[in-house]
Amino acid sequence: MGKVIGGLTTSHIPAVGNAMASKLENDPYWKRFFDGYTPVIEWLEEVKPDVAIVVYNDHGLNFFLDTVPTFAIGCAEQYQNDDEGWGIPTTASFEGDAPLSWHLAESLIDQGFDMTMCQEMKVDHGCVVPMSLMFRHLPEWPCKMIPLAVNTVQHPLPSGQRCYDLGKALRKAIESYPEDTKVVVFGTGGLSHQLQGERSGIIDVEFDLECMDYIINDPEKMCAFSNTEIMRKAGTEGIEVIMWMVMRGALAPNVNLLHKHYHAPISNTGAGVLLMTDGTD
Amino acid sequence: MVWQKHDYEDIPGTYVFNGERSNAAYNLNKMAYSFNSEANRNEFAADMDAYCRKFKLSDEQRTAVLEGDFLKLLQLGGNVYFLAKIAVFHGMNMQDAGAQFHKITTDEFRQILLDNAEGFEDKLQKRGGYWHG
Repeated sequence: MGKVIGGLTTSHIPAVGNAMASKLENDPYWKRFFDGYTPVIEWLEEVKPDVAIVVYNDHGLNFFLDTVPTFAIGCAEQYQNDDEGWGIPTTASFEGDAPLSWHLAESLIDQGFDMTMCQEMKVDHGCVVPMSLMFRHLPEWPCKMIPLAVNTVQHPLPSGQRCYDLGKALRKAIESYPEDTKVVVFGTGGLSHQLQGERSGIIDVEFDLECMDYIINDPEKMCAFSNTEIMRKAGTEGIEVIMWMVMRGALAPNVNLLHKHYHAPISNTGAGVLLMTDGTD
Repeated sequence: MVWQKHDYEDIPGTYVFNGERSNAAYNLNKMAYSFNSEANRNEFAADMDAYCRKFKLSDEQRTAVLEGDFLKLLQLGGNVYFLAKIAVFHGMNMQDAGAQFHKITTDEFRQILLDNAEGFEDKLQKRGGYWHG
């Protein structure tokens, strides 16, 4: 049977990709940020997931504004990173799990989530930076990867509640997969940041910490925020935190918190790392 | 025909990328998207004005692209992720663009980011449970 063995959160900003490419992990600016991932990396080595489902948003690599799916799932055997136009080095391609992807798509659509199914899907830094953060020390990607893209770019966007509900449906879908498969769900992006306009440069530590607390202990409170409230406090790009709610929905109502880390600023953002497994009710 | 108003429109200095903006700047963002290809980047670099005309940018958009006026491009409907692909040609990254939006230097912008995050470790200690490595 399929099983969700845990969920984690991470930033996915391109500056992190550049820092890894330039081996700046021990640079004073970056060290505390990268150190925050060590316990997650160790946990992943111990539990050895078969599949990572990476919830992220595309930033104009695979999707252009001609067609903007609210939720899209990779249904391919392989996914490639590609040129995003600004010089981030590309990584090795990722092995997918097409049978599991199609099972997830069927189950999610049965449950009322109209997924866009992608048999060709280039994955950008939003997906690749999280995988690199966890696995770049290994000679090759140690597990399969299924990209799940959420539109956080072209408004109207789905709500935090909708993302949370998608996570719950995702859990049911994974658990109904007949083959023994250990799945870890990555919620990526966030936390507070605004890249655009005269209000650029937002870092709201209080809001970030509040979000992390809610996501761990009281996700319903996080669901109560409207997208406008999130953007008002966390910035227009801080809306990415709704993708953490997909991950949270895929876990049990109560969780064991294995790791919690926060750092700010990292480039233009607040950055939070969480690692959680199912708790007991 | 009317564009509906939204409750996020009163956030000062913020341009939420909605249907109205996306509609208005489709060609501008499409041009930026084309820069995922190196051949297109080279063509643009060789003659920026001609490349803008090829994508049928308005005079206002074309001028802002050539001048690297990112606040103007944002106001005209440019999406920040797509504008980032144009910023490269002006030797700018997102922090440089952030500074330009404020009309300050990149160092001053970085200082704003640091100031906004100042004291975060005390806040973590107060809340407890954070890993400090």
